Amino acid sequence: MIQVVLPAHLRTLAQVDGEVEIDVAGQVTLRSILDALEARYPVLRGTIRDHVTQERRPFLRFFACQEDWSHESADAPLPPQVAAGKEPFLIVGAIAGG
Amino acid sequence: MSGVRVLVGTHKGAFILTSDGEREKWDVSGPHFAGWEIYHLKGSPADPNRLYASQTSGWFGQIIQRSSDGGKTWEIPGGETMPTPGNMPTGQSNKFAYDTSDATGKPLTTHQWYDGTQHPWEFKRVWHLEPSLTDPDTVYAGVEDAALFRTTDGGQSWHELAGLRGHGTGPKWQPGAGGLGLHTISLDPSNPQRIFIAISAAGAFRTEDGGKTWRPINQGLRSQYIPDPNAEIGHCVHRMAMHHSRPGVLFMQKHWDVMRSDNAGDLWEEVSGNLPTDFGFVIDVHAHEPETIYVVPIKSDSEHFPLDGQLRVYRSRTGGNEWEPLTKGLPQSNCYVNVLRDAMAIDTLDSCGVYFGTTGGQVYASADAGDNWAPIVRDLPAVLSVEVQTLR
Repeated sequence: MIQVVLPAHLRTLAQVDGEVEIDVAGQVTLRSILDALEARYPVLRGTIRDHVTQERRPFLRFFACQEDWSHESADAPLPPQVAAGKEPFLIVGAIAGG
Repeated sequence: MSGVRVLVGTHKGAFILTSDGEREKWDVSGPHFAGWEIYHLKGSPADPNRLYASQTSGWFGQIIQRSSDGGKTWEIPGGETMPTPGNMPTGQSNKFAYDTSDATGKPLTTHQWYDGTQHPWEFKRVWHLEPSLTDPDTVYAGVEDAALFRTTDGGQSWHELAGLRGHGTGPKWQPGAGGLGLHTISLDPSNPQRIFIAISAAGAFRTEDGGKTWRPINQGLRSQYIPDPNAEIGHCVHRMAMHHSRPGVLFMQKHWDVMRSDNAGDLWEEVSGNLPTDFGFVIDVHAHEPETIYVVPIKSDSEHFPLDGQLRVYRSRTGGNEWEPLTKGLPQSNCYVNVLRDAMAIDTLDSCGVYFGTTGGQVYASADAGDNWAPIVRDLPAVLSVEVQTLR
């Protein structure tokens, strides 16, 4: 099971507490995690990636194993610790705004 | 027992204010959707318990919320958590995809940017939700960048009425300071095929065929701040209003100038008359007197606060030109708030109620058509929109 950490507002939308655990079929990548997350929680569609372009929203970033994956290929394999469920995949909102 | 429900959208959540017909004591619920911008929420005329809300965020984009119990509980249409992934194409309620098909009007792909260059259409948020007069599951949405969408399944999916962007003037539309937003949607109660809309900064438009084709209705508008003051397109309309009994008579608060049209927008005339300043955002019409209208004059386009620090609603009982200030109960010194375009509403009780919200977080109510005012609440986040439902 992949562990995903969501920003607080997305946890509220998805009606979950704490980390989310999801099954990901095949290779664990940014795209496969987000696809599985959105399939399980349809309210999150469009909130992390733009509905039409599928681009990451500019005020969100992706982290895994203390590394910023925001600008990596969506199809690049994530670290094995994430794939093994030992380290979480983090979706982080920018600390900005009013 | 009659009563009212005031729906308030703010910079940090939604609030619902309820009272009986006396409108003296109020219950306040909220914040709903705390921390999110609620540009607008509005109830269905066909089912007062059906509400829709536009919830937006610079981080997470657009969400549409729906209530079927008058705002006690909310749901995201089609947003149910799936026991197993990938069953149904849900999660589309916040998908506002511009129509780019050749078959439905060949919509244009660019509009004018601030510097005069062409810029692609990019969806940002829903500014205004206008439920159908007859069907609780049908709602129109005015969005930024300007376009008109419609749902017929209670908000689960949205489809653009592409003829508006595609009718030919799109490349001349340009954003106002607040963005290129479609903010006014007026449905003609006597003719379901006729809809009026307005866009900042493009102007007003009308369809006579349910949204398939559109034409600009801006003749008579004069805007000194654009290269051709009398141009067909480019006017910064801030808000339009109509009385349900006379859908051919329209009132408009333009960037500068208060206007009226007696022929469904074919020709406008200025009715600013003796207003101390004719800049402003809101305009609305008395529930029972079609020639009684309300505005809140704002000092200027760079000084978005009342003249002389005095918050005054102006009322005309003559359909414009002759205006009287309404001040009882409103702050008459050191008041420097703004009243945004969607932040005034009218109830339909026998003694007509008038409501407006400010960027200072106050929501003011008058139960006697504007003669006397009192704040319902004083310290909400900046108010973006105010709607009222009359409950009987």
